[in-house]
Amino acid sequence: MGMNIQIDRRPPAERLRRLPFQTVVDRVALCCLEASCRLPEDVLAALKAGLEHETGELARDFFSQYLENARIAAAEQRPLCQDTGFAVFFVEMGELLAIDGGSIYEAIAAGTAKGYNDGYLRKSIVRDPIFRRENTGDNTPPIIHLTLVPGDGLTVILAPKGGGSENMSALRMLKPAQGRAGVADFVVETVRNAGGNPCPPTVVGVGVGGTMEKAAFLAKKALLRPLGEPNPDPDYAALEREILDRINATGVGPQGLGGAVTSLAVHIEPYPCHIASLPVAVNLNCHAARHAGFSL
Amino acid sequence: MTAARKLTTPFTEAAVRALQAGDRVLLSGVIWTGRDAAHKRLVAALETGTPLPVRLEGQAIYFVGPCPARPGEVIGSAGPTTSGRMDAYSPRLIAECGLRAMIGKGERGPAVVEAMKRYGCVYFAATGGAGALIARCVRKCELVAYPELGPEAIYRLEVVDFPLVVAIDAAGNTLYGR
Repeated sequence: MGMNIQIDRRPPAERLRRLPFQTVVDRVALCCLEASCRLPEDVLAALKAGLEHETGELARDFFSQYLENARIAAAEQRPLCQDTGFAVFFVEMGELLAIDGGSIYEAIAAGTAKGYNDGYLRKSIVRDPIFRRENTGDNTPPIIHLTLVPGDGLTVILAPKGGGSENMSALRMLKPAQGRAGVADFVVETVRNAGGNPCPPTVVGVGVGGTMEKAAFLAKKALLRPLGEPNPDPDYAALEREILDRINATGVGPQGLGGAVTSLAVHIEPYPCHIASLPVAVNLNCHAARHAGFSL
Repeated sequence: MTAARKLTTPFTEAAVRALQAGDRVLLSGVIWTGRDAAHKRLVAALETGTPLPVRLEGQAIYFVGPCPARPGEVIGSAGPTTSGRMDAYSPRLIAECGLRAMIGKGERGPAVVEAMKRYGCVYFAATGGAGALIARCVRKCELVAYPELGPEAIYRLEVVDFPLVVAIDAAGNTLYGR
């Protein structure tokens, strides 16, 4: 979906690409099933490396179970985990794309309902957080992060988010004076406090800078980066390595029951910051670090 | 570490007290599912003196909300949920109903561990995120109570060789934060 080099001087209405509503619905539905049942290759590779790294019998046993679970899930098209999550979408939509027959929001919501129903995925969303905790019955509404981009394409990434790991996430507004060390300490403390709850070994997404909600968004987005790919900035890449080493020195281990591998990766995403602020958000993902996507 | 030992439900107090943190177990027999919503109702029933839909004496509760079963399947993926959310309810089920075992993931609070020690109850960790693998151990699944809770209803499961580890034993020894 690159930038058009040649300038098309026709008015936008004439350049508009149209995509049928149902096409988007069907692709989103397929994506729900794929994300739930198939662990991405980078995560599988990280789990295999974890098994090699662990020496304790119990820790090794957990890694073997994770790998066997991934094999069964892919072969039988069963969800890796019963918590098939909140359906969180990252969408890049070309400014010259129109969905025929509804909005992109409606198409993704309809695709979510279809995917979770037809795929026998668990519906985990309640209507209201406090007063009406009744299941909505079709795992809607999804959460949609929509970005407008040049061109006429559509790219959708679904990252279903389980409750166990989401609950262990944290955000703190640090003082700028706390700097690098303050950020590192907060991330390590968050992972240590989480213990076995987020189903370690986790993937640790960190958003630094921006505002409160920007940091939280970046922490979630950081989870999408392929495992093992460092931040392109060498300062952040070094900080990621340092934090990962400190996390794995805690001994929390798989399932929180002790071991050398507590996290598979730490991904930091920075953003420019107010002179008075240093927001840090930590979003944890379980070892079933699922995502799937498509472009139309 | 020794090989996994085979255990069958229901449990006696002596059987539970013989288990030690770190023991690996393959559990067979009947177990009951329940998450926070079901626990809340069980404890509300205790409050009002209403009979519980399940007799928990000597039994095991599994903290799980499974995926729906596809046609021809016994159950969908069925791994453990975070046990800490049941901490507010578990002590009463242990003290007043004779619950002998809990199956979940993650650490338990001091009040739960205290009740486990006093009355004789064990906490098993199942492998979080291994729902497809664990579903294979479930041979039978029947809805027992609170159908309106959907995945959070209480189901009676018959399991064979469900792989577990004793995470906290009835003496209060724990594998967490060693």
